[in-house]
Amino acid sequence: MHVADLTNWLIWLPIGTAVVLWVVPLSRYWTGGLALLASLAEVGIWIEQAVRFDFQKPGLQFATKATWFKDLHVSYHIGFYGFSLWLAGLTVIVMAACVAYGFWAGRDRSRAYFGLMLFLTGATVAVFAAQDLLFFYAAFEAMLIPLYVLVGVWGGPNRGTATLKLVIYTMAGSLFMLASVIAFGLSQGTFDLVDSSTSASRFVFLGFALAFAIKSPLIGFHGWLPDAYREAPPEVTAALSGVIAKAGLYGFLRICLVKFPEPSSYYRTALLALGVASLLYGSLLAFRVRDFRSVVAYSSFAQSGLIVVGLFAGTDQGFGGAVLQMLAHGFVSATLFLLAGVVERRTTTGDFALLGGMAKGRPVLATLLMVTGVISLAVPGSANFAGEFLILTGVFQRAWWWAALGAAGIVLAAMYMLRLISAVLHEARGSTVSDAALDVRPAEIGILVPLVACLLALSVWPGGVSGHSFQPDQPTQVIGSQLK
Amino acid sequence: MLAAFSRPPIDWFALSPVLALLGASGLALLAAVLVPAAQRRLVAATLAGLGYVGAILASIWLYVDSPRGHLVVGTAFYRDRWTALAAVIVAAVGLAAVGVSWAQRLSERHVAEYYFLLAAAGAGMIFFVGAGNLMTTFLSLEWFSLCLYVMCAIDYELEGSLEAGLKYLVVGSFGSAALLFGSALVYGATGKIAFGQIAAATAGAGLSHDVLLVLGLALVIGGLGFKSSSAPFHMWTPDVYEGAPTPVTAFMSAATKVAAMLLALRLLATTFPTEHHLWGWATAGIACASLAIGNLAALTQRRVKRMLAYSSISHAGFMLIGLSAGTALGGRALMYYLIPYSAMAFGGFAVVAARERELGREVTLDNLAGFLWERPFLGFSMAAFMLGSVGMPFTGGLVGKFYVFAAAYDHGWTWLVIVGVVATIVSLYYYLAVVRAMWRPAEELRVAVAAGGSPPRDLALHIAVGAALVVTIGSFFAVEPLITLAKHAAAALPL
Repeated sequence: MHVADLTNWLIWLPIGTAVVLWVVPLSRYWTGGLALLASLAEVGIWIEQAVRFDFQKPGLQFATKATWFKDLHVSYHIGFYGFSLWLAGLTVIVMAACVAYGFWAGRDRSRAYFGLMLFLTGATVAVFAAQDLLFFYAAFEAMLIPLYVLVGVWGGPNRGTATLKLVIYTMAGSLFMLASVIAFGLSQGTFDLVDSSTSASRFVFLGFALAFAIKSPLIGFHGWLPDAYREAPPEVTAALSGVIAKAGLYGFLRICLVKFPEPSSYYRTALLALGVASLLYGSLLAFRVRDFRSVVAYSSFAQSGLIVVGLFAGTDQGFGGAVLQMLAHGFVSATLFLLAGVVERRTTTGDFALLGGMAKGRPVLATLLMVTGVISLAVPGSANFAGEFLILTGVFQRAWWWAALGAAGIVLAAMYMLRLISAVLHEARGSTVSDAALDVRPAEIGILVPLVACLLALSVWPGGVSGHSFQPDQPTQVIGSQLK
Repeated sequence: MLAAFSRPPIDWFALSPVLALLGASGLALLAAVLVPAAQRRLVAATLAGLGYVGAILASIWLYVDSPRGHLVVGTAFYRDRWTALAAVIVAAVGLAAVGVSWAQRLSERHVAEYYFLLAAAGAGMIFFVGAGNLMTTFLSLEWFSLCLYVMCAIDYELEGSLEAGLKYLVVGSFGSAALLFGSALVYGATGKIAFGQIAAATAGAGLSHDVLLVLGLALVIGGLGFKSSSAPFHMWTPDVYEGAPTPVTAFMSAATKVAAMLLALRLLATTFPTEHHLWGWATAGIACASLAIGNLAALTQRRVKRMLAYSSISHAGFMLIGLSAGTALGGRALMYYLIPYSAMAFGGFAVVAARERELGREVTLDNLAGFLWERPFLGFSMAAFMLGSVGMPFTGGLVGKFYVFAAAYDHGWTWLVIVGVVATIVSLYYYLAVVRAMWRPAEELRVAVAAGGSPPRDLALHIAVGAALVVTIGSFFAVEPLITLAKHAAAALPL
C-alpha cells in the first residue's frame, strides 16, 4: 500500500464502516464493537501517518489527487500539512473516545447511531485533509448531516429547537461560503487550494469568514451554541466542541489567512475585536451560568475567540500558539463534556444547585475533573498555559492592549473553572448526589484517561505541536508563501 | 396545392424512441380490450415497461450515433444529443413510473388505459424535447399534456383526482393557448416556423426589436412557464400535484420538468439568439419569482405532496438560473441539474406513494412519524432525497446547485447567485422538516396511524426508489462522466 493512501483510508474507512453498519443488521453489541474497532483503527492509521510524517519537509504530504470534474477544474485533492495532521489526530482520538462512550452508554437505535458517529469522523477528517475548495465545502457540510440527526434523535428534551438553530445557523453561513467558493474558484481558474494563488476580494473573504465565524463560533454568531451544547448527548457535544468547532478555526487559517492576505489584514482589527469580545463575553457567561455543560459550552466559545486572536495576530507565536491551543482545548472540552456526561448519568442533572460534594468517596472522578480543570484554567506548565502564552505573546507584538484584554479573559477562565470544580466536587452534598452513585467505572476510565494522557503529553512537550506545525518553523513565512 | 407539398425524407431511426413508446402504448390500448381482466394489469404494465426500455436503448444508441445534430423530417425534429440525453432521462423516469404504478390501487377497469397514457405521454415528451419548429412544439405539447390531464383524473372516483385533472386541463390549456398565440405572433413577424429559420429571418430583416416578435417571445416564455411550473405560472401545480394519483405526480414532477426546461433552452437559444438580453432577464426574473414563491409557500405546508409541489416550483427557479445564463456552461449545468433532480423529485413522490398505500390516507408531516425506523430503506431514501434537494454533500443536488450558480457567476450575475443562496437557506426549513418528521417516535402519533401490520409487498416500487437513490448519490461521485454527457449534449445548441 502506498503511504499516500493512508489519508484516503483515514477518510473512507469510517464512512465505509458506517455504510456497513447501516446495511448489515448486526446486534447492538456487535454494532458498537465494530464501530469502536473502526475508530481505533483510525487512531492506528493516524499514528502510522504521524510517525512517517516528515516534519522537516515543507509542503503537502500524503497527498492524493484525482479528477472530480475537469471542466471547472475541481479535483479530489487531499493531503496533510503539519498543523492539519495534528487536527486530524485530535479528531480521530476524540471521536474514538466519543464512540467508546456511546457504546458504554448503550445508545438505542445503535446501528443508526454508530453509523452516524463514524460518518462524522470521516467527514471531519476530510475537512482537515481537503485541498480542493469544493471538496472542502462538501466535507464541511457533510459534518452537519450526522450532527443534525445525532442531536435531533438522541438529544435532550429541547432538541427540536436546538437542531433547528444549529442547522439553520451553520447552513446559512456555509451557503454564503458556497457563493464565495464559486467566485474564488472561477476567478482563479481552479478550485485547488494548493495551485490557486491569493485573492484580494473582500466580499469573497467575507463569505468564507462568515461560515467560519458561525462554526467556531465568534460573538454575534453563537446563537446556536448554548442550545446545541446543552441538548446533544454528552459525547456528541464533546465531538461538537472538541473537534467540529475546530473546523471553523482551521478554515480561518487554511483559507482566510492563506488565500486572502490583503482582506485578512484589512479586517484584522475587526476579527481581533470579535475574538477578544468572544473571549471576554464567553468567560463572563461561563462564570454566570449554573450548570456543568453550560460552563464548558461558554468556555469553549471563549476559547474559540482566543484562538482567533492568535490566528489574526499574524505573528509566528500567534500561529504556533493557535494550533497548540486548538489541540489543547479540543482535548480539554471533550474530556469535560464526557465528564459532564459521567456526572449526569449519576445524578440525572448538571445543575450546580443540585450538585456538590462528589469528591468524597469518588477519588477517580475528583482527580480527572481536577486535572482537566486545572489544565483548562492554564496553570503554568500546562498545555493551555503554553498555548495561551504563545497567543498572547503573538498578539502583544500587534499591540500591547490586545494582550492585556486577552490576559483578562484568562483570569476569568480561572474563576469559572474553579467555580465549576468546587460546585461539582466540593461544597455541601447536592440533593441529587446519593451515596450509591459510583465512582468512575473502569470502562469510563478507559475512555477518559487516554484523553487526559494526551493533555498531559501536550503539557510536557507543547513544542511538539507548536514547533511542528509549519515548516520551516516560521508560520508567517509559510502562510505568506501559501503553504506550497 | 397538395402536389406542391413534397414529402420530406423521414429518418425513422431518429424517431425510434418515440415510435417504441407509441407502439407500446398502442398495444396496451389493445390489451384493454383483448386481454382478460385478470391479466390486463400485467400485460399493459409489461408493454409500457418494454416500451420505455426500448426508448432508453434507442436513445442511448441515438446519443452515440448523433455527434453532429441536424434536423430530420423537414424541420420537425432535431436528431442530436440534446434530444437523445433528454429522452434517456424522460424514459428512465417513465420506466420507474411504471414500477411505482404497479401496486397503485387504480380502478381495474382503466388499468390498461392508464399504461397506454403513461407510454403515450413519454412519447410526447420525447418528441417535445426534439421539436424543431413551432408547429411540432405545440403539437407535442398538446400530445403529452392531454395524456397527463387524463392521467391526473384517472381515479375519478376520488374527488381530488377529478378536480386535479380538470384544473390542470383548464390552466394547462391556457398555457398552451399562450404558447400557440406567441407562436402565431412570431410567425407573423418572421413568416417562418422553424427555430433556425426564425433566427435567420430576424437577423436578416433586423427584426430584433419588432413588437410582434418580442410579444411572441414573451407569450412563448409564458406558455413554457406553465408547463415547467415556474412562478408566476405555477398556480395549478400544488392542487394538481396533490390531487393526482401519486405515481402520476411523481412522473409529472420529474419528466415534465425535464422536457419543458430542456425544450425551453433549445427554443430560446435557437430561435432568439439575438434577443438573449431579453429572454435572459425574463427567465432570471421568473427564476427569482419561482424561488421566492416556491420556497416561502412550502414553509407552511403540512401535507407532504403539496410541500413537494412547492419544492418543485422552487427547483424550477434553480434550473432557470442556469438556463437564463444562456451559455454553454449554463446549458450543461441545466442538463446536469435535471439528472439528480429527476431522481430526487421522483423518488420523493414514490416514497410518499408507499406511505400512502401503507396508511390508506394522505401523507402529512404528522403521520410520517417513525417512518425512518419502521421502514429504514424508504426512510433513508426519503432523507437522502430531501437532503439532496437542499444541496447537501454526497448527493448530486450539491453539484447541481454548484453548476447553476457557477453558470450565473460566470455570466456575471453574482446577484442571482446570492438570490439562489438565500432561497436555499429558506428551503432548509421545510426539507429538514420531513427528515425530522420521519425520525420522531411513532408512539406520539399512534392515533393518526392506521392499525399496524406489514405494508403490502411492493418490489417494483422499492426497485424504483433504489434506482433513484443510486442516481441521487451516484451523481455526486460520477460528476465527470455525467457532465461530459451533458457537455456533448449542450454542444448541439447554439450557445
